[in-house]
Formats: sequence, structure tokens, C-alpha cells
Amino acid sequence: MTDRVPILRIGDVLLVSIQVELEDQMVMDLQDDLSQRIVDTGARGVVIDISGLDVVDSFVGRMLATNAAISRMLGAETIVVGMRPAVAMTLVELGLSLKGVRTALNLERGLKLLRRLAAGPADRA
Amino acid sequence: MPVATDSNTQRLVETLTARRDVFVGQWADTVGEALQGRLSAAELGRELGELYEAVLQGLASGGLSGRGEAFGEVRSLLIELSRNRARQGFTPTETARSVFALKEVLEPSLTGDAEGARVYLQLARLLDDLGLLTAEAYVRTREEIISSQAEQLLELSTPVVKLWDGVVGVPLVGTLDSARTQVVMEKLLQTLVDSDSTHAIIDITGVPTVDTQVAQHLLKTVLAARMMGAQCTISGIRPQIAQTIVALGIEFGDVPTIASLSDALRQAVKEVAQEADDDVRGLL
Repeated sequence: MTDRVPILRIGDVLLVSIQVELEDQMVMDLQDDLSQRIVDTGARGVVIDISGLDVVDSFVGRMLATNAAISRMLGAETIVVGMRPAVAMTLVELGLSLKGVRTALNLERGLKLLRRLAAGPADRA
Repeated sequence: MPVATDSNTQRLVETLTARRDVFVGQWADTVGEALQGRLSAAELGRELGELYEAVLQGLASGGLSGRGEAFGEVRSLLIELSRNRARQGFTPTETARSVFALKEVLEPSLTGDAEGARVYLQLARLLDDLGLLTAEAYVRTREEIISSQAEQLLELSTPVVKLWDGVVGVPLVGTLDSARTQVVMEKLLQTLVDSDSTHAIIDITGVPTVDTQVAQHLLKTVLAARMMGAQCTISGIRPQIAQTIVALGIEFGDVPTIASLSDALRQAVKEVAQEADDDVRGLL
């Protein structure tokens, strides 16, 4: 039995805090769990905190993009927060730009961004 | 091939020991003359005295070959001496002369007879080797100084400053190569995290030319900042640079570029205020 990444619920936002280096199986489990939880809770937003990750390889990078796409399909916006400078530099060097993934500096800003996104369309309407 | 017999070496060592004070005094005078008082006589005398003593020890135990363990002490003293000279700004000639001067001093008193002349020549060869060693150590020290200065320059030329609440600026000066890009990127990203800033402005007013290489580096920096969740603008594009960029067909993609730093700052401040506004509305 491998570890699973915890998914916490705060109001209508799901918080995924990745604190350990990810193994491939954990990534696959996370994808299953997250999509299930979004459907169960009807969450409008997902925040993935990767401030605990020293290394993000192409597999994890793709996982972030895939999760963002899946969440969007289910009606939840995904924000990746807390990326370390070294990780950002590695990803750029690898040529991975995480297209379609919204990012914020830290958890607080990520939550604010989600609120803003939720308020945005209502304002315009 | 003339071999220095033990008796020859012994005679040399005896002579050098007997007239130690005279030789060291003359040596210090000769070197001091060339240095024109930039080094105090007392210090010079002490340095050369130590060196003389070490050479004497080396000769007594290792003979005239000048290699091996016997001269280890001499070598380390010489390397130390050249390092100091290099740091104090003496020329390589002045440094090497510190050793070669000993030949001049010893010449009249050693070349009295044929046997003495032969010993002197071998000693001269030994001193030549030691002189070369000082030159080498001198050059090495200078190279160390140059590389450490280059590092300092790198640090100095890439400041990241906070311009406003939530806005940091990077005034780039000089050419951008991959090593500098690395430093700039690291500093910028760390500052974004530390100061919790959402906007970064890279000002390239001080960058003399922008070619594909430089543009590539700029783009990487912008992408990395964006990936961390910050907006990155490039400002300070001079007309000449804009023309070059277009002529080279460099694509900046969707990276916002603005002519002047003040306009970029105004834009960033406006966006920061807008976000703060939205936050308040979101809470209501």
C-alpha cells in the first residue's frame, strides 16, 4: 500500500498539499482521488501546493497540466502555488511551460486568485 | 657532465654560512633598490633572510639538484612571497628579480677559481628554476584575483530592487550571457518569493545589444517568473534595439514589452491596485 496525497476541503475549494517526493503510483492515485472528490463535493476550485517539492520532473509537470485540464472539465479552476525558484528554473530549462496551468506565488495568493476568478464573471454579468 | 661533488656542495654551504649576513644584506639592498622603497627595508630583510636560510638548508640536505623534498620549504616561501607581491601590485619582473638578485650578489665571491665557477653555474641554474617558480605563482595569484573580481562584478551588476508594494525591478546593465541569466533568474525568483510580489519588471536600458541569444535568455527568465505566478514585463527598449529585434525576426510571443520603465511601473501599480480592489469585492 503506497501513501496517498491528502486532499483537504475548505469551503468550495479543494487543497492538495504535496509534501513528499512523488512516486509514479501516488501521482496516478492523486488523479483518481482528485477527480472523484471534485465530483463528490462540487468544488469550484482546486489549489495544488507544491512548495514541498525540490524537484519537479517532466512526469510531475505533465501531471499538473493533466489535473488542471481534468478539473476544468469538472467545473473547477486549478491553481498551482508555491513553486520554488529552482523548480521554475529547471522546468524552463526542460522546455516545460505548464501551458494552461494557472500559478500563484503562495497559498494565500492562490486562494485570492480563485475568489477573483469566481467573482469575475458575476461582476460582468 | 659536471657533477657537483659533495665536497663542492659542502664548500658552497660553508661559504654561504660564513658570509650569511653580508650576502643577505647585499641581497636586500639590490632588491630594495629595484623596488624603490615600496616595501620597507626591515620587512624585505626579514623575508629574504628566511628565504636565504631555507635555501641554505636545502643545499645542505639536498645538494644542488633543486628538486625533491629538501627544497619544499624554499618553494612554499617563494610561493608565499609571489602571492604577496602580486596582491601588492608589483610587476612580474620585480617579483622574479627578488630571486635573480641573489645570483648577482654571489657571483663575485664564488667565481674566484674554476671549481668555484662550476658550482656557481649549478647554483645559478637552481636559482633560475626558483625564479620561474615565482613567476608562475605570481601569474596564478593574478588569475585568482581576476576570477574573483569577475564574480564580484557578476554580483554587483545584477541588483533586484523593490519598486513598489508587489512590484520588483531588475535593471540589467551589460551583456547578458547564460551565466548572468542564471544569476539574474535566481535572484529575481527568490526576491519574488521573499517580498511576495506579483509583478516583475526587467529593464534592459543598460543592455547594449539584443541578439537571438540574449532574447532567448530574457524569455526564459520571463517564463520562469510566470510559472511561479508572477507577471513579468520587459521595459527600457530603445528604438535602436526595437529595430534590431524586428530585423532579426525575434519573437517575444505574449511577453509584454514597454518602452520606458516609468510606463511599465505605472501599468504594474495599476494592476496591483486592481487586484487589491477585486480582493475586497471578493470578500463582500
